[in-house]
Amino acid sequence: MTTPARQALRAAAIVLIAAWVLLPLLLIVLASFATRSQIYAWPRPLLPSPWSLETVRFFFQAQGVLGSTVNSLFVAALTIVLSVAIGAPAGYALARFSFRGKEGLRLAILGTKMFPATILAVPLAVTFITWGLYDTLLGVAFVHTALALPFAIVITTSVFAGVPFDLEEAAMTLGCSRLQAFRRVALPIALPGLAAAAIFTFVLSWNEVFAASLLTLRNRTLPALVMSAIGGLGSGAPLDYRFAAGFFMIVPALVIILIIRRYLLTLWGVTVR
Amino acid sequence: MAQIRLERLRKVFGRVTAVADVSLDIAHGEFMVLLGPSGCGKTTILRCLAGLERPDAGRVFIGDDDVTLVPPSRRGIAMVFQSYAVFPHMTVFDNIAFGLRMQGLPAQTIRERVGEGAALLQIDQLLDRYPAQLSGGQRQRVAVARAIVMKPQVLLMDEPLSNLDALLRLQMRTELKRLHHEVRSTTVYVTHDQIEALSLGERIAVMKDGQIVQCDAPARVYDLPANRFVGSFIGSPPMNFLDGTLRAGPDGAVVEVQGARLRLPPRAAGAGRGDMPVHVGIRPEYIALSLTPVADAVAGRVVVLEPIGSQMLVTVRAGADLIKVTAPVEFHAEADREVWMRLDPSRVRLMDVRSGEALDGRDA
Repeated sequence: MTTPARQALRAAAIVLIAAWVLLPLLLIVLASFATRSQIYAWPRPLLPSPWSLETVRFFFQAQGVLGSTVNSLFVAALTIVLSVAIGAPAGYALARFSFRGKEGLRLAILGTKMFPATILAVPLAVTFITWGLYDTLLGVAFVHTALALPFAIVITTSVFAGVPFDLEEAAMTLGCSRLQAFRRVALPIALPGLAAAAIFTFVLSWNEVFAASLLTLRNRTLPALVMSAIGGLGSGAPLDYRFAAGFFMIVPALVIILIIRRYLLTLWGVTVR
Repeated sequence: MAQIRLERLRKVFGRVTAVADVSLDIAHGEFMVLLGPSGCGKTTILRCLAGLERPDAGRVFIGDDDVTLVPPSRRGIAMVFQSYAVFPHMTVFDNIAFGLRMQGLPAQTIRERVGEGAALLQIDQLLDRYPAQLSGGQRQRVAVARAIVMKPQVLLMDEPLSNLDALLRLQMRTELKRLHHEVRSTTVYVTHDQIEALSLGERIAVMKDGQIVQCDAPARVYDLPANRFVGSFIGSPPMNFLDGTLRAGPDGAVVEVQGARLRLPPRAAGAGRGDMPVHVGIRPEYIALSLTPVADAVAGRVVVLEPIGSQMLVTVRAGADLIKVTAPVEFHAEADREVWMRLDPSRVRLMDVRSGEALDGRDA
C-alpha cells in the first residue's frame, strides 16, 4: 500500500476510535446542560439553548444523591489510604530488593486481575454479613482496596524503580538512617508518582459499581445509587437524571486521567511525552 | 587519626567472590587508589568501607574503631558516587547542606561551611539552582562539595570522573589532587583508569579477581609490576612481553631474547638462579629503535607507525610477538622495514613463565 493511503487509513482509524469514545461523552455533557423539556423534545436540538443548570440541579435534589456522594468520597478516601499504605511498601520492596519468588509475586499480583469479581460476589456477601461488614462503607472500601491494589503496586513499583538507590545510599553516607534516607530523599522524589497512584485509585473507587451495589443496601455509593435508580424494576429514572448522573460520574475520572496521563504512560518503563 | 585497616575482608555475591580475603592498611591522610578492571571487587571494597555493603567475613577499622557493623551514617565518612547521586529535588545549596543539617549544626555554621565548600569547588554562583539545570561537570562538583563540607575522616570516591568527557576529566583530576592537598582527608579512590590512578594516588592497590595483586607507590607499580597482569594493565601502551631465557653466566645473569644477549645489572632479577625460560617485560619507552644493525638488539620489522602527538608509537613484529615502541616524533620508517631494538637491561622486568609473577618479587 502506498504511504499516503496508509496515512489516510490511519487517520480514519484514529478519528473513528476517538469518535467512538468522545461522541457519547459529548452528548452526555450537552444533555446535562439542557433543560428537561429539551431532552425530551424531538427532534432534539444538538446544542442546548438556553444553557441551563436545571438538569444538574434536579439530579442533586433527587433523593439520596448528596448522601451517596458523601459516601462515595468517604469510600474513595479510605480506599486511597489503604491501597497506598499497603501498595507503596510492596512497590518499594519490588523495586529495591531482589528476593526469591519476586517475579512470581509480581505475576501473582497482576494475576488477581484475571479473577472475575462475579465469582466472588456471593461468597463475599455472605462473609461480609457474618463479619458485620455488610452494608457498611468500610466493607466497600475493603473490596475497592482489593481491586485497586494490583494497580497501586504496579504503579508504585515503577515510581520507586525510577528513584535511583544511589540517592538513598548517598543520604545514608551523609548521616541518614535507612528510614531517614527514605523519608528525606526517596519519598519526596517519588511523591508525584505516588499521587498519581492515589488518584488512579480514586477513579477506580469512584466509578466502581458492581461490588458497591452488591454489598450495600442503604449506604449506597453514588454509582450504586445511580445504578439502582436507572435499573430499578420497570421504573427507570427520567432521562435528565441519567444524563446528569453520567456527567457527574464521568467528569472527575476524565479530569484526573488527563492529569496523571504522564505517569500512566511511563508505567512500563517507557516515557511517552 | 583516621587510618584505615581492612582485615581479611571477604564478600560473596551468589557464586561470585567479589572480594577474597583482602587485607590493606591505609595511612592517615593518604590518597589510596584502588585500580582494576571492572568486576575486580574494587567498588565492593569501597562499599564495605562505606558501610553500604556488609562483608561476609573480615573486619574494617577506621581510626581505632572496628566499624564492620556500624551503619554508614556513623562512620565519619563521606562518599562521592559514580552517578554523582545529587538529590534532584533540592537546590545546590540544600544538597551541600544536607549532611550538615543531618548533624544538626546551627544554620549560620551551615551557611558558612556550604559557602566555603562551594567556593573551593567554584560553584558558588550555582547555589540556588536545581541539579537539572546543571551540566554534568557542575553536578560532579556539587557531589564533591557535598562530601567535603562534612570534613570527613575518610573520603570515599567511586569512579567520580568516569561520566565526564575527556577534557573535563583532566581538569577535575587536577582539581581533586589540589583538594586533597587542602583537605587532607584519608581518601580511597576507585577507578579503572590507570592514568587517573598514576596521577592521583600516593599508593595504588592494583586488583584482580577480588584480590590485591600489588600495592605500591605509582612509580613502583609502573616500573616494577609485580606480575604480568599489572604490567599489561598499567601504562598506555602497556608493557611488552617477549619470550626469553635466563642464564647464569660467570660474571652475572644474562637474558637471551631472540638471539640478543642482555647483561643484567649485578643485583637484579633472578640473579643466582639456574637457566630457565622467562617472560621479558619491557616498557615501550625503554626500547631504543635503530635503523642499522646494533649488537645485542632484537631484530624485527615495522608494522605500523602511529603518531600520538608528542611521540611516535611504532609497532614492530619480532618473531611471533608484536612489540610497541615509543620513538621520537621525527622517527620514520616504511612498513616492513627491518629495525633493531635495544632493550635497556636495567629496565627489564622478568616474569616467571608459568605463574606470571615477577621473578624478583617487589624488591628489585
